[in-house]
Amino acid sequence: MYNLTIAEIAAGLRAKKFSSEEITHVFLTRIKQYDARLNSFITVTEEAALVAAREADQHYANGTAGLLTGVPMAQKDIFCTTGVKTSCASHMLDNFIAPYDATVVTRFKQAGMVMLGKTNMDEFAMGSSNENSYYGSVKNPWDLTRVPGGSSGGSAAAVAARLTPMATGTDTGGSIRQPAALCNLTGIKPTYGRVSRYGMIAFASSLDQGGPLNRTAEDAALMLNVMAGFDEKDSTSVDRPVPDYSATLNNSLAGLKIGLPKEYFVKELDPQVAAAIDAAVKEYEKLGATIHSISLPNVHLSIPAYYVIAPAECSSNLARYDGVRFGYRCENPKDLEDLYKRSRGEGFGAEVKRRIMIGAYVLSAGYYDAYYLKAQQIRSLIKNDFLEAFKQVDVILGPTTLSPAFKLGEKADDPVSMYLNDIFTIAANLAGIPGMSIPAGFVDNLPIGMQLMGNYFEEARLLNVAHQYQKVTDWHLKIPGGF
Amino acid sequence: MSLSPEEVIKISHLARLAIDEQAIPKYAQELSNIFDLVAQMNQVDTQGIVPTTHPLDIPQRLRADVVSETDQRELMQKGAPSVEVGLYLVPQVIE
Repeated sequence: MYNLTIAEIAAGLRAKKFSSEEITHVFLTRIKQYDARLNSFITVTEEAALVAAREADQHYANGTAGLLTGVPMAQKDIFCTTGVKTSCASHMLDNFIAPYDATVVTRFKQAGMVMLGKTNMDEFAMGSSNENSYYGSVKNPWDLTRVPGGSSGGSAAAVAARLTPMATGTDTGGSIRQPAALCNLTGIKPTYGRVSRYGMIAFASSLDQGGPLNRTAEDAALMLNVMAGFDEKDSTSVDRPVPDYSATLNNSLAGLKIGLPKEYFVKELDPQVAAAIDAAVKEYEKLGATIHSISLPNVHLSIPAYYVIAPAECSSNLARYDGVRFGYRCENPKDLEDLYKRSRGEGFGAEVKRRIMIGAYVLSAGYYDAYYLKAQQIRSLIKNDFLEAFKQVDVILGPTTLSPAFKLGEKADDPVSMYLNDIFTIAANLAGIPGMSIPAGFVDNLPIGMQLMGNYFEEARLLNVAHQYQKVTDWHLKIPGGF
Repeated sequence: MSLSPEEVIKISHLARLAIDEQAIPKYAQELSNIFDLVAQMNQVDTQGIVPTTHPLDIPQRLRADVVSETDQRELMQKGAPSVEVGLYLVPQVIE
């Protein structure tokens, strides 16, 4: 039963083949059995999950169940959950019980889905390996000596190992797509403003966007149907109708124009990854798509601009953690400044401190124009590159990462080499367009991802393009050994 | 670009972050490396280019100026490190 997709679980519940309590129990048992190896959950909410499952079963008995009632899922520990620890994988919030639900959490509750627990992540979503967690690293189920990617690494590892049929993620520079690629999953970062950020702990507010991590595009469409939509509590939420993402999955790809950006096929790209992407392109040609070479001339400036904008917004957002109103407070502060400094110094991990300091520096007097303004101007250039590209093509296709999962510890001591991991994913966040990663093959038994990017609010098209590929390939069906 | 230990101390003060004195040279090195990466921005002339502050060209949404929140002081203060009669306690500021 643990290998069922969301769509299959929902169908099974409707057909009364099993109850929500039974399927919830299956996943809770698997978490107990396997998570010691992976460390993918920070909190498992077993009792609450079983209560919610029994409630769901009541709805099936009464005939009041919805499409997804009783289907289990997990939340990244960045989403606030009433009465449940919401740590953001930080010592700072180790004692934080959220007083309210994030809108994303409310929407899953309204759909009747059952939360199994909260998944591990890089602290405050800052990282690409899930090694920056106060609760320890997460291991990649495909190879326990390797990283699952980050920052949504716990979500990715848990879904890949079938400890939950889906988990939420957030993506500021690639934090859904990169772990999806490294764990053989389907992950989508929607258009900025499509999914509410209310109650999603802020890292870089102009880049952050929530989305689902799933095994199939069909499931991703179901989950985006739950997550997407206007929320008046988020001032950047976009008030625009949400299509039924499941309705267009089976559209034909005949005549679809796919663009391959030449800047994504660089010499640093693992040749075996390049070969897998070439093979995927050939599948798309068979499906009737036409392939076009395009250029995103400023995309190489994504990482430099990102490492100004994201830290600047992070230093501002994380100023709220002051040891006064909630979160960690140091012992015996001698005065107010000591209270601030030591609470923050002891409460934040090394990477968070680095980013806060970069942000404080670039925003300090005299440096604003040279750094923050310059980075935002480059952001305009990158955005314009995409707008030009989408005049020629419908979707953009390329690799999600340069290579498969790297070893735990391999890049942990070198922030810059870690940052370069997100070379292909950051541009979509800077431009605010939707991006997706889907399984596209294996290199030395490790999964690799193919990235699809679309124009603003074209999530339905990306899901359609992904689903058609998954109908003719079976990479997404592969299960890591030992789980 | 190379950040000096004094600059690291200044930044950590601006950010109200206590950092271990022994870690200052390491921070100086790591932050300098990051700023070298950031310096690639200077390859391109951006004079006259309008900055992007928000990915979508839409105006900030406004709402009517009416009360929408109820008083939840007790609930919100449940997670506070130190509270007395509804006030957050901090070390004495005024002698």
